[in-house]
Amino acid sequence: MALTQQDIDQEIAAERAAYGKRIADGAPVEHQPRRDYAPYRSSVLRHPKQPPVAIDVAQDPELVELFSPAFGERDITEIDNDLTRHHRGEPIGERITVSGRLLDRDGRPVRGQLVEIWQANSAGRYAHRREQHDAPLDPNFTGVGRTLTDDSGHYRFTTVQPGPYPWRNHVNAWRPAHIHFSVFGSAFTQRLVTQMYFPNDPLFPYDPILQSVTDDAARQRLIATYDHGLSVPEFSLGYHWDLVLDGPNATWIEEGR
Amino acid sequence: MTKIDTSRPESVLPTPSHTVGPFYGYALPFPGGGDIAPVGHPDTITVQGYVYDGEGNPLPDALVELWGPGPDGRVPTTDGSMRRDPSTGGHLGRNGVQFTGWGRIQTDADGHWYARTLRPGARGRSAPYLSVCVFARGLLVHLFTRIYLPGDRAALAADPLLAGLAEERRDTLIAQDGGDGTYRFDIRLQGEGETVFLEFR
Ligand SMILES: [Fe+2]
Repeated sequence: MALTQQDIDQEIAAERAAYGKRIADGAPVEHQPRRDYAPYRSSVLRHPKQPPVAIDVAQDPELVELFSPAFGERDITEIDNDLTRHHRGEPIGERITVSGRLLDRDGRPVRGQLVEIWQANSAGRYAHRREQHDAPLDPNFTGVGRTLTDDSGHYRFTTVQPGPYPWRNHVNAWRPAHIHFSVFGSAFTQRLVTQMYFPNDPLFPYDPILQSVTDDAARQRLIATYDHGLSVPEFSLGYHWDLVLDGPNATWIEEGR
Repeated sequence: MTKIDTSRPESVLPTPSHTVGPFYGYALPFPGGGDIAPVGHPDTITVQGYVYDGEGNPLPDALVELWGPGPDGRVPTTDGSMRRDPSTGGHLGRNGVQFTGWGRIQTDADGHWYARTLRPGARGRSAPYLSVCVFARGLLVHLFTRIYLPGDRAALAADPLLAGLAEERRDTLIAQDGGDGTYRFDIRLQGEGETVFLEFR
């Protein structure tokens, strides 16, 4: 029998209740989704059953994972962070400016690191050949951007508002509009791939990927804030989104954590 | 909620991870992503393998990142893994001379990946290894593991991570020697022979 939204809603509610019970029983807040999250069906065969093996980085400051690959000006071009300028013409859609800071768990900026983004066009279609959604492609939009963070950890992209799109997790499954982010920290342990959402999207409660983050406050951290100060007059609407990287880095050892 | 107030440490909380999804293929992989070794370097090794799911089916849409030190054990600080052409915006790739230590490879339609890199040197108390980060559709948080190279039994026996594992699990972290500097390392996300995955604290 085809899986309906109602089936998924019930599973999402059950996962949420289970998390509520864990918290009530004194378990720690879960900032990250569990890899085993059945409402997102693709996770079923792709999550490890064994718990991860813990590595205490304080025992060995030489671990290569405590250092990060380096990226520099030659790995990007000047217009990589303006996705509206990658073709001859202007892409269709509402232009947006997305900006924020890349921080570590101590609130310190991550400087000079690579931020990569990709997204659907304004009609909700990816420029990917496996994409089957029949919304129109935009010949003036690829939907890929890169930049390096500046000395205060800031990044900035100009793009168009991505559209929501259907997928095949269940019948009538729709992803809320989002931009995919891939970022590096000062240590490889801080590597992060995630998705940024836009405020007040009515699709949030139906989406098992967003809901895989069962902690309410953690889920809110995936949603950008409309920022009028970032809006560019006569040009674009501004969204602010800061990222905080999890995972230890070398400074944890210096401070003896 | 998404402006982080760094003056209040209690508000500096991690951004949750999400799956890389199915459509990163035109964004993240780049030409020569797995050709990490400088051209003609005598310490070049080839590592290759498959990524499997819980039913033993290969993943045609996994992304593998490798990160390792040079043969002398030093961590590279060189950029230029994904050099670009400022005039056309196209990909120039690595210059074939400098070693960045980092590579990114998408599995092919058979679920196979390969990389050519330099044989890692030892660091600290560990036996030589390459750090691996795996991303895939269906994987809500990436997975870290390590590729240890076979050969130096004493070093492997003394490695703090390997020493703490049961033999059967330990073996999932040690590549198989295919001769002529080639190594096979399969990644099993779930089930029988499940690869040991790591959590750094
Ligand atoms: Fe997406």
